Amino acid sequence: MRKGQSWFNTTSVALGFAFLYAPIVILVIYSFNDSKLVTVWGGFSTRWYVELLNDQAMLDAAWITLRLALLSATMATILGTLAAITMVRFGRFLGRSLFSGMIYAPLVMPDVITGLSLLLLFVSIDIDRGFWTVTLAHTTLTMCFVAVVVQSRLVVFDRSLEEAALDLGCPPFKTFFVITLPLILPAVVAGWMLAFTLSLDDLVIASFTTGPGATTLPMKIFSQVKFGVTPEINAISTILITIVAIGVIAASLFNKRREVERQKAERLAMQG
Amino acid sequence: MVGPAIGPVRRAFAPWNDPSAKPFIEFRNVTKRFGDFVAVKDLSLKIYEREFFALLGPSGCGKTTLMRMLGGFDEPTEGSILLEGKDLVGIPPYRRPTNMMFQSYALFPHMTVADNIAFGLKQAGMPKADIQSRVDEMLALVKLEKFARRKPHQLSGGQRQRVALARSLAKKPKVLLLDEPLGALDKKLREETQFELMDLQMNLGMTFLIVTHDQEEAMTVADRIAVMNNGVIVQVATPAEIYEQPNSRYVADFIGDINLIEGKVASAGEGGTRLACAATGATVETNQTLTAAIGDEAWFAIRPEKMRISRDAPADPAVNALAGEVWDIGYLGDVSIYHVRLPTGATVKATITNATRLVERPISWEDKVWLTWSRDAGVVLTR
Amino acid sequence: MAAEAKDRSGWLRWLLVAIPFAWLLIFFLIPFFNVLKLSFSTRARALPPYKPVFDFADGIAGFIAKLQQLTLANHLSLFTDPRYVEAYLSSLKIAAISTILILIVAYPIAYGMARAPREWRSMLVMMVILPFWTSFLIRVYAWIGILGNEGLLNGFLLWLGVIDQPITILTTDWAVYIGIVYSYLPFMILPLYATLEKMDETLLEAAADLGCPPIQAFWKITFPISLPGVVAGCFLVFIPITGEFVIPELLGGSGTKMIGKTLWYEFFNNRNWPLASAVAVVLLLILVVPIVLFQNAQKASEAK
Repeated sequence: MRKGQSWFNTTSVALGFAFLYAPIVILVIYSFNDSKLVTVWGGFSTRWYVELLNDQAMLDAAWITLRLALLSATMATILGTLAAITMVRFGRFLGRSLFSGMIYAPLVMPDVITGLSLLLLFVSIDIDRGFWTVTLAHTTLTMCFVAVVVQSRLVVFDRSLEEAALDLGCPPFKTFFVITLPLILPAVVAGWMLAFTLSLDDLVIASFTTGPGATTLPMKIFSQVKFGVTPEINAISTILITIVAIGVIAASLFNKRREVERQKAERLAMQG
Repeated sequence: MVGPAIGPVRRAFAPWNDPSAKPFIEFRNVTKRFGDFVAVKDLSLKIYEREFFALLGPSGCGKTTLMRMLGGFDEPTEGSILLEGKDLVGIPPYRRPTNMMFQSYALFPHMTVADNIAFGLKQAGMPKADIQSRVDEMLALVKLEKFARRKPHQLSGGQRQRVALARSLAKKPKVLLLDEPLGALDKKLREETQFELMDLQMNLGMTFLIVTHDQEEAMTVADRIAVMNNGVIVQVATPAEIYEQPNSRYVADFIGDINLIEGKVASAGEGGTRLACAATGATVETNQTLTAAIGDEAWFAIRPEKMRISRDAPADPAVNALAGEVWDIGYLGDVSIYHVRLPTGATVKATITNATRLVERPISWEDKVWLTWSRDAGVVLTR
Repeated sequence: MAAEAKDRSGWLRWLLVAIPFAWLLIFFLIPFFNVLKLSFSTRARALPPYKPVFDFADGIAGFIAKLQQLTLANHLSLFTDPRYVEAYLSSLKIAAISTILILIVAYPIAYGMARAPREWRSMLVMMVILPFWTSFLIRVYAWIGILGNEGLLNGFLLWLGVIDQPITILTTDWAVYIGIVYSYLPFMILPLYATLEKMDETLLEAAADLGCPPIQAFWKITFPISLPGVVAGCFLVFIPITGEFVIPELLGGSGTKMIGKTLWYEFFNNRNWPLASAVAVVLLLILVVPIVLFQNAQKASEAK
């Protein structure tokens, strides 16, 4: 019985991953296609990458997007971590359910609504739209994701560690920085990475809240994609996928190594 | 720090019997509520310097809350907590001269053993060289010199426990609070460590307050035990007093194994008490002086090991004797427990020490037996 | 028992709460009221392209006068103009069907992952997350090349001889469903995996021991235990799909009606901000029930 079951499991996982990865693999392969026609293989070539390097508008958009993602992810991480601490540590307070509602709602809120409402805010308070308004918008959206990631770590955090620090004479504020923060740091970093990629990825909210001179990479890609598939988009997509894949794989390998070291240490401890 | 004559001092150590002795720690009418739940109810307690004091009770009885209030992690709703005559209420944990050893040990996982031990000293602003020597001293005390550079997860459970102990002792606190300190250790290691703790406490001459739900642990280590239930202290006494002279059925039942036989007071007064136990048809006589009215409800409490079991009828089968039939025998190696069924259907437990290597039981299943005891073997309880 | 130690640095702690709270109030909650207000306004050929524009300089009389200019016309047109009604209904239909499709596709994958050898599991989870980290837009874009008339899928099917002329997939609802299932799959796999992985496998052994065959054991034991994951996953995909814009825009055709698209067109193409706001308000009203249910589910799991 177990054999049959595991055959079914293996097949479903294999098919599932094939479905998840096939489009990406095809996209990457065709970025090296010499032909301008996407569906016809015209031999291996890197010409689209060269062309990309000469596309100043695309490079500008990439640079803006990168700065935007770095800045908004950092702000979102600070705000989101504070929000997570508030939710886990402050027990009941006035407006608590409103607060947690405002944390969870953006996670599922359709982008068009969030984008529109932020744009109207910026219009009604009459500030110039551009890089900074998109930064504020992305910070608002991604801080909620950070809050959820950090919160899930804080919930399982052993409070007695903080109490032990207090007991040994460490004041509360310092305790946060020497005990709590170092221990939840992996979750904070994961939150930052999530915020960074969400910002890198966003089309809709950026389209609403941006202004002249601040066209982000997704907006640029979107405007070209509407006219059909071009190998140059494949090329830039491949670059983005490669960067993210390297980042995620490096992070998980790092975690894996730490885990292996921890297990080794535990075996050592068993031997006394 | 250590006096030369610890042994005799220890034997004579009973400041609680000295009316002129000043309490070191005092809880005065302390009440703690969490919402509607009353964790500690108008509780007063005095603990003396150098005492090894145990708070014993089932989970949820308020013992941990009482200790956490002394450590400063919870504030009393009402009442005051004094240390050397000074009220601690309102002082945050990081300014209290108490240190706590946590049930989970709460070792900082991102710091080495040495850094964990040094943590409190650094907070106190001790010079670096002094910290180093103090840490070395503590490591030697708990015999972990070789493990100074390891992280907590690289240690065994017993080693972690010792690091936690060293860390909480490093600052030489006025009171060491131990919250179920041995709960995570296996039985054998726990028993060894209990004796180590006692030696340590004597040698350091410090006041220890331990919270435990393990009655054997409390009996082993403590000078005095407070048995708690539902937020109040039921009895405070030395381990021997708690065991031999429980003040209530609750204490008698919580500590060790006991037979409780219900009856009515037939006579009471100076030098003797008589109890008529209708349910078992026996009459109990003790040397106890009991203040109770004739006809009051009372219980005769007697430990199984204080019962004699025999196939022969005693000289006076009407007093301090019960007849029954052996129902079950539990062989534990050192002793055997006999469950004797009385004609009324009630079961009474009696233990026999297995003084010789067992070949054949002198008394076996379904034997008709007599249980007898002396006048000072048990105690009559009125609550 | 673990009550808060009495906080002494009170104001500092409340400041810590106040910062994220105020941020979300200003940038998340208040803007919704702004959208609500605008949905009652009328379109204008001006900057900003709506009226009335409230101004503190108007005074109270001016404020009241402008208040009277507010109108329900936008909302009414949403319910009377069949284009909008159709778009709402079609969005809900597409979201519901996609949610079920995603559940059907995700469940065996999550189940297989949860029963994979322990040392493989973290790796598998990472592989599910990896596409999620790569750009949503790019992943949707990738399907254009596959589903098009001259795309790889048609080429493959022609080569196999299954069809003799290309079938139109791109610009149909089929393409939208494929794109949605593909993009939202990880959101369903992960919560399902989380509940299935935690499940005690001896429960199934106990069921088998008590005479329950595997298929029945799945429906009587495994599925009910995984329900929290199913619920979380369904909310997590249903709500955003309802307002989805990118997928119907890129993969769907002019016949694909979704309210996210409508909102986008009203806003960017027609520059009818008040109507776009009204579309958003009504969409939000439709989604309020699932959002509140989602939050309650989140809070319940938080309490655990």
